[in-house]
Amino acid sequence: MTHSTWIYILVMILTTNLIRVIPLTLIRGEIKNRFVRSFLYYVPYVTLAVMTFPAIVETTNSPVAGSIALILGIVAAWLGLSLFPVSVICCVAVFILEFFF
Amino acid sequence: MDNGIAFRKGLRDGTPIALGYFAVAFSLGFMAKKCTLTPIQGFIGSFFTRASAGEYGVYSMVVQDAGYLAVVAMSLVTNLRYLLMSTALTQKFSPDTSLLKRILTGCCVTDEIFGISIAYEGYLNPWYTYGAFAISTPLWALGTTMGIVAGTILPDRAVSALSVALYGMFIAIIIPPSKKDRAVGIAVVAAFLLSWGIRRVVMLNNIGLSSGAITILLTIVISAIAAVVRPVKDN
Repeated sequence: MTHSTWIYILVMILTTNLIRVIPLTLIRGEIKNRFVRSFLYYVPYVTLAVMTFPAIVETTNSPVAGSIALILGIVAAWLGLSLFPVSVICCVAVFILEFFF
Repeated sequence: MDNGIAFRKGLRDGTPIALGYFAVAFSLGFMAKKCTLTPIQGFIGSFFTRASAGEYGVYSMVVQDAGYLAVVAMSLVTNLRYLLMSTALTQKFSPDTSLLKRILTGCCVTDEIFGISIAYEGYLNPWYTYGAFAISTPLWALGTTMGIVAGTILPDRAVSALSVALYGMFIAIIIPPSKKDRAVGIAVVAAFLLSWGIRRVVMLNNIGLSSGAITILLTIVISAIAAVVRPVKDN
């Protein structure tokens, strides 16, 4: 490995906190630009979706277990369950399914 | 309101957040362990960053040996929403709030702490946000460390099961707005499909594009297209 993990962490800390602080020091008024506001509206959901799939299928020992956990998680969230129960359902599904697949 | 009272109120309202953080951080620790982070690196990283998706994105780059600029880009994209939240917070301070207090409050911003701070009645007393920060941040950092330690101790099968915990929470964040707003739903489905398709193409053709870089590119492209096709309504 040519890069240092500590420098990765330092870069992450500085960048993340600068993002939090910059608007409070620079921007006084409301963001008016419609494209910027729309773009910022979609970013969190799109980035989480991109990071979740196909990673969830690849992180488990069995891809089948990961796929079914994804489907069960989507169904559970669709039915209105919150973060913690959805997460538990995914974990339990993988744990049980990996006995078979 | 008196600063002491505001701080204690922040501690109280921050307690359920802190418990939730511990659970999420624990699963983040599992991912961090897979990405070769040590318990102390996980603690420091989590304590000063406090961003689940952002930390996850960066830790996955550690194991890929990505460049530092890519880490900046990843932190920017995964935490871009904080820019919007901090901007919203600028409207919440009384005009005589000092710049230092504004900056410190900004550093406290996470999805949940922003949520309770913006819901504070009247002008925000920064000490309320500090209170929520004081109770939730140590548990976030401790959860990460314990996840990394547990990832070393627990059997492989249990680690495999727990490694989907973070994705389960991501799913729980993206599905409800997808159900409510069709445009978000379509963007999420497009993100799933393109993420799978592009990563496959990159892998099969040995293209030198890291997983983190793909995440950044796809997020920018898909969000920009969605913003053009379905802009948010003017409020």
